[in-house]
Amino acid sequence: MGRGNLGGGFALLILVVSSIYQAAAIFHPISDSHRSAALDLFTPVHHGSFSSSLEEAYEALRTFEILGIIENKPDVGAATCHTVSETFRSTSSTSKDLYHASKVNSILKCDVDSKVFEGVVSRLQAAVSDAGSLLDFYYSIGSLVLIKDRTSKEDLHLVDAEGVFHSIKALSQSDGRWRYSSNNPESSTSAAGFALEALAGVVSLASSEIDQSMIGTTKSDILKLFDSIEKYDDGAFYFDEKVVDASDHQGPLSTTSSVVRGVMAFAAVASGSLNLPGDKILGLAKFFLGIGIPGDAKDFFNQVNSLACLESNRVSVPLILSLPATVLSLTKKTPLEVRVNTVLGSNAPPLSVNLVRASNSGSKGASIIENQELKFDPENAVYILDVLPKGVDVGKYVFVFEVVLHDSELKKVYVTGGQTQVPIFVTGVIKIDNAEVAVLDSDLGNIEIQKKLDLAGENAVSLSANHLEKLRLSFQLTTPLGHAFKPHQAILKLIHETKVEHIFMVGSSGKQFEIVLDFLGLIEKFFYFSGKYDMQLIVGDAVMENSFLQALGNVELDLPEPPEKAPRPPLPVDPYSRYGPKAEISHIFRSPEKRPAKELSLAFLGLTFLPFIGFLVGLLRLGANLKNFPTSAVPATFAILFQLGIAAVLLLYALFWLKLDLFTTLRTLGFLGAFLMFVGHRTLSHLAATSAKLKSA
Amino acid sequence: MARSTGKDAHALFHALRSAYPATPTNLKIIDLYVGFSVFTALTQVAYMAIVGFPFNSFLSGVLSCIGTAILALLRIQVNKENKEFKDLAAERAFVDFVLCNLVLHLVIMNFLG
Repeated sequence: MGRGNLGGGFALLILVVSSIYQAAAIFHPISDSHRSAALDLFTPVHHGSFSSSLEEAYEALRTFEILGIIENKPDVGAATCHTVSETFRSTSSTSKDLYHASKVNSILKCDVDSKVFEGVVSRLQAAVSDAGSLLDFYYSIGSLVLIKDRTSKEDLHLVDAEGVFHSIKALSQSDGRWRYSSNNPESSTSAAGFALEALAGVVSLASSEIDQSMIGTTKSDILKLFDSIEKYDDGAFYFDEKVVDASDHQGPLSTTSSVVRGVMAFAAVASGSLNLPGDKILGLAKFFLGIGIPGDAKDFFNQVNSLACLESNRVSVPLILSLPATVLSLTKKTPLEVRVNTVLGSNAPPLSVNLVRASNSGSKGASIIENQELKFDPENAVYILDVLPKGVDVGKYVFVFEVVLHDSELKKVYVTGGQTQVPIFVTGVIKIDNAEVAVLDSDLGNIEIQKKLDLAGENAVSLSANHLEKLRLSFQLTTPLGHAFKPHQAILKLIHETKVEHIFMVGSSGKQFEIVLDFLGLIEKFFYFSGKYDMQLIVGDAVMENSFLQALGNVELDLPEPPEKAPRPPLPVDPYSRYGPKAEISHIFRSPEKRPAKELSLAFLGLTFLPFIGFLVGLLRLGANLKNFPTSAVPATFAILFQLGIAAVLLLYALFWLKLDLFTTLRTLGFLGAFLMFVGHRTLSHLAATSAKLKSA
Repeated sequence: MARSTGKDAHALFHALRSAYPATPTNLKIIDLYVGFSVFTALTQVAYMAIVGFPFNSFLSGVLSCIGTAILALLRIQVNKENKEFKDLAAERAFVDFVLCNLVLHLVIMNFLG
């Protein structure tokens, strides 16, 4: 018997520990707070139209359409429709402009002349056959699909559907990602989303059925793409780009929404099923819902649009289990309420919710409940557990819920995620009793004075003690179910008349809380201050509904005189000056060096030239001449080049001083030097030869 | 003792003054050049004594003057009367002068700042 229990308990422990791998978290489907946020976020820039961009107009309109609040904005229709028909009419519109215009048109249902549509269709057909990159295909095929839906032209078909399918497929990579064009070698996950949407468009626009093998390979591409999915700890799955290019980084939200759009679009048109694991779809839904309410219009659109794709898709529809309140009060007897909805908040098919397990976060493994089914309240569409089971005390719990669909056929359509863990706080009133404060004799522990306290009401005890005695405070804390309770805070504070505070923690053993202050050891801590000390008791916890800060009274302490070098208490810091602005620091810069007077410098500049002039004068007087300058052609050239070379070097030095750096100067100097050497050698050897001839002659 | 030194200096000075016009013209030109650069150096020293800033430019300027003056003293190679340098051509001295001057000016340009 004992061994069987041990084995069962052990198995339960393993199960609980393994299920804790998925952290407990709550996700809420789209609610009214989303709707009001959308109305604030997407406000028209000027009366009548959402900014000049059709893309942003489409995002706003689609968001309102999904959230069901499009009736609130009737005045934007006219001006936006005008922009749409202008775009259709204009011959300079790119396929991207036409795409956004057709998107807006499909929501607003503008009145556009059928001849204009025909012109647009023929331009788009030409664009498809001329398309070079993935986005060209995406925009033109997308526009054609939307126009076909709007005008319900049954005979609108792609000219060469199989060929277009092949061209798009050719850009796919082996890991399920796609390239944007054949020139660009980098593959991207968002591109895969665009490609799948385009392929879905091709399939719907084909006149005859596309070859099933091609659809099969695309399905396997999707499965390969899902292998690269990433995960957060709370169970959310998402896609992110492999290459992080800082300038162009899209972020996981836009990447994941692009993939979800593409995959769901393809699943809608492809015959047969797409074997994607349901928990990944649920994980994707959790990713989008986990964002909460985005502050950016584009992020908001991406979130809401992707959730709309997940709401009713052909693969598996995620059902979200959420709790409106995760804090239950034992005193107010709040019932446990659970909702199960689709991601956009619509009702789920008939199902039942079971509370499989409830375990205290503190004591691992001990489960209080075994399989309790929640009652369904059809009016509010919630599942209620009226009465909490008997073993539930105050504290932090993890409740494990399980959703079971009534119709087992629907298991292929919906995904519920098996067991969901939810953190629950249970609060209650903690009972405090047997509170008393006493002054004890230090040596023997005899009680000198003892006063009882009523911690629920007012207290004003008055005690007196000297440094040889001890102060003892004790009380008991009990939970509503009668168990011991250890609060986050149990603090005794003693405040002197001079506002100096001393804080002590109250220790506990089981239900009994007690603190003993031995004044003999605390004399230095109290800075030898005698006098009246006010006593305050603070007991508090997150799950305690009656946390309190109580003044207990005062104690008159008689401490010995402070010696000469007694420690002083720290001066009270004025809170405003401590956290207020500090004194301004005046930076002392190195004062710029005293520069001489301009006139003095100029005077000396003139003085410097004086010796040079003196030199020239002296030269003239000595009769210096250029007689030895060679007159015949070749040596003359060399001589001139020599002089020029030296002049060039001097010029180089001047440039070096003004702006060049050492290395370019040295490089140029190398060249010039070599030139100079060559020329100089020729000149001087010639001169030497002539003078030698003169000498010998 | 001082008097005899003084008299010797006087006599030396006299000898120099009388012998100087006999030196060839090109040597005179070189001497003039040396005098010019020394004068420029003195001017810079006077400026520095008055102002005292910037020091690195002063050093660079003075060094250039003194350096080129010293290099010009390669003139001893040009003087035909010097026995050791008889075989060397005057042009070689000139080339030495030019090259060393180029290197010197590169260095001082760098230091000029």
